[in-house]
Order: sequence, then structure tokens, then C-alpha cells
Amino acid sequence: MTRYYTEDHEWIDVDGETATVGITDYAQGQLGDIVFAEIPATGAALKKGGDAAVVESVKAASDVYAPVSGTVIEGNAALESEPALVNSDPEGEGWFFKLTLSDTSELDSLMDAAAYKAFVDGL
Amino acid sequence: MSEDEELEPIEILELPLGEWHRGQGARMVEFAGYHMPIQYDGIMVEHLWTRENAGLFDVSHMGQLMLSGEGAAEALEALVPGDISALKEGRMRYSLLLAEDGGVLDDLMITAAPMGLYVVVNGAVKWDDMGYLREHLPDEITINHMDDRALLALQGPKAAEALARVVPGVDALFFMEAGSFFWGPKTDPEPLWISRSGYTGEDGFEISVPATHAQKLADALCAQPEVKPIGLGARDSLRLEAGLPLYGHDMNPDVDPVEGNASFAISKRRRAEGGFNGAERILKALTDGASRKLVGFNVEGKMPVREGAMIFAGDDQVGTITSGGFAPSVGAPIAMGYVTSAHTATGTALAAEVRGKRIAITVAPMPFIPHHYHRRGKAI
Repeated sequence: MTRYYTEDHEWIDVDGETATVGITDYAQGQLGDIVFAEIPATGAALKKGGDAAVVESVKAASDVYAPVSGTVIEGNAALESEPALVNSDPEGEGWFFKLTLSDTSELDSLMDAAAYKAFVDGL
Repeated sequence: MSEDEELEPIEILELPLGEWHRGQGARMVEFAGYHMPIQYDGIMVEHLWTRENAGLFDVSHMGQLMLSGEGAAEALEALVPGDISALKEGRMRYSLLLAEDGGVLDDLMITAAPMGLYVVVNGAVKWDDMGYLREHLPDEITINHMDDRALLALQGPKAAEALARVVPGVDALFFMEAGSFFWGPKTDPEPLWISRSGYTGEDGFEISVPATHAQKLADALCAQPEVKPIGLGARDSLRLEAGLPLYGHDMNPDVDPVEGNASFAISKRRRAEGGFNGAERILKALTDGASRKLVGFNVEGKMPVREGAMIFAGDDQVGTITSGGFAPSVGAPIAMGYVTSAHTATGTALAAEVRGKRIAITVAPMPFIPHHYHRRGKAI
């Protein structure tokens, strides 16, 4: 399993054709207390860079973009009752959705952990 | 190229406590033209801390004005619907600055102080307010912008005991009363102007302090075990739960005080006598009812409904949300918005549109969380 990161502060765990997507610890820290997460429906076709999910803090709603293209196979139902999982365990239990990748070459432009850390340190 | 585009970028200004906030770990944002703290430890914990203990808010971006000169109260009454000339020294009143057509230019607090009328206006419109007051008040009335003073608010059920330890005697004030207090060493005390008021729905105080001493006072307050600094994020969620409107969102120049659910600010004598901007329109709305009104909403489910969301009764749009978000003490989303008069009754079932979905909302009485003011007994 390989983990990639985007400049929009999402992480993507890739296992063959399947990917799990969430937002990074840095992102949840910036957003603050998460009170609601809107997860894409199973079967939804996502296009890289398009709207995929919405995460709402006390203060504001923020879009989560699809880091790669694919078809949603599962949303994290736990977020419905416990959206604060995004704060407490953003890169684990607080995942957003899983999808089947439609173009694995899209992964080539993403960052690895070291590159993402350097990116965040530069912000 | 328009003239606007040739202007230099507007510089974001620093308030007396800017560095102090950064030292406290605040995340700073631009608000009303200033660098302001949006949060320290997180909006949720700061909100709940204020409801249970005491929160220190820096509201130095707000305009502190002193109107002085013979007949200042009577002159100001042409621009606000409150009974200002009846205010006894040390008493204060919430009021509204009215445009000539009765639209609300700002909401403000007016206190009868020894030197004149001490007026606190919203930061985002303070320059407009000052221009408007200068234009419409007689030349004999002096308007002093006290920009050499900071303004701190200490809010919460433990605010009185914490502040009384730092400034003895303040706990003698009741809600909407104000006075001068001295703070610091007896040999070189600093004059503070303190009122028992605020914008969170809790008991609390607002403290006007010389800017040069603001950091020292903030440190002295935060040294009290009940007190933590609180950012603008929690200030917004606290005032929303308290059912208090935020100017520029829940009120603007297009609405009059009756539409804005602020009829209580139109004093009895002024209702009888009129003589303020827009009196004809406003007094007619008081009698006949307004065509639309600001109301509160409970929101079904967990998805917040925010400013700008359209409100529907069936297929018809009947209003717009003007403030909304998750309410930490309620434990659910709440909102405020304008709806046409047929839909203002408590319990009316409506829907708000968020990202193409209809969310069930219900007209709710405000405040959402009961006020806990330290009111003077009715006997006095």
C-alpha cells in the first residue's frame, strides 16, 4: 500500500485499483472542529479536481476535491454520527471515501510523504 | 480601468493586542480591516468555556466615540429610535443608527457618561458611522473617536468574580450599567470605563482601557483561573445562540428596526412622539406589522445551514438565511434569517436549500440559549 498526498491536503492510500481518501492532519488543524461531513454516494463518478465531499467546521463549509478520478465504492458511514473523527484521527478512522481508480497514471503527479512534509513546512 | 483598481491595496491594521494574541497562540485573520484572533484552542472549547467560566474577547476593532456638547442626547435622538435624553448617568441602551429612510446603518450601545454620550459602534462600519454622525449632528456637538483606547469584553458566569479580583468594586454594577474604575497601583492607577454588558448572552463586562495598558490588563485577567482568551469564531457562535444579530449580516441598510426584530429598541416615548429618521415607516410597521421579519430557526439533522441559503415554503422562496452554523451549546445547527410575514410564527415548518438539497427548518423562539444577565431588581 502506498500513500500519496495532494497540495489540497488530501491523502490517498492506494492498494491496486482501490484508493482510500481523507484529509491530512494539517488540513483538519486548519479547519478546526468538524461538525459535519458530506460524503459522496456509492457509485458516484468523480473526476480529478472536481467536488467530491464537503467538510463543515463550526465556522465554514469547505470542499474536498477528488484527488484522482474514479468511482466511489464506499463512503465512511462513521462520519455521519461522529464527524469529529476527522479531527481525532484524520489519517485513519476519519477517512472520507474509497474509490476504484479509473486512471492510475494520475497518481504520478501526487506527492509522497516526504514531499508533502516539505510542502507543508513551506506554507 | 476603474478608479478603484488604481488604489493601493488596503493595509491590514494592527490592534494594541495583536502581538499579545500571537503570543497566546491565536490564529489571526483579517476582520474589519484588522488582524484579529479567530481562535486559540478551537472554537468549540472556547465557546463552551465561555458558557461555563469566563472568556476574554478583544473587541478593540469597534469604534469608541464620545459625543459631547449641550443637547447631544436630543440631537442624537434624530438618528436613533431610543430614549437617549432619559438615560441617567451610568445607564446604557442598545440602539440603532438610522438612515433617513429608516434603514439600519448600524447597531450600537449608547451610555450616559460624565463627559457625554459614550457610543460603541461596529468595527466594520465605524468610519461610515463617524462620517454620518458628523454630517447629521449639529456642529456644536463634538465627536471624539477614542482610538487611543482598547476595548476588552470579559463574558461568562464567572466573569464577575474574576474581574472583581482585578478591579475591586465592579461587581456592584448591574446589567446595562457602567462607571469609572481605577486599576493598578494606588500611586499610579489607570482609569477604566467598565460596563456590565456584552454580546454572548452571558453575564459579563466590557472594559475600555488606554491602549498603552491593554496588554497588562489582558495578562492580569488571563492570570485568573476562570479566564481564557476567546477568538472571534466563538464570539460569533455565542451571539448566534443568544439570538443577537450581527450587523452587516442579520441587519443592513435595507431593513428597518421592526423587520430586524429590534422593535424593543424603539422606546415608548419615541413611539408616541416620533421625530427620528424613518419614523413614519417604522411606526407604521409597528402598528401594521412588517412585510418580513428576522426570525430564528432550528435545523433538522446535522448539516449546518449558513448565510445566503434560500428559504422555501413548498416551491416558493419566502426568505433567506442571514446567519447560521453549528451551535456548540445547543448541540445542533441553528440559524437566523428573514422570512415574509406569513411564515414568522414559532413552529412554522420551512426548508432551506444547501448545495441543492432541502433541509427542514422550523421557526424557533430566540434566544436559543437563555440569557443569564445580572439584572437590577425591578423595584429600582
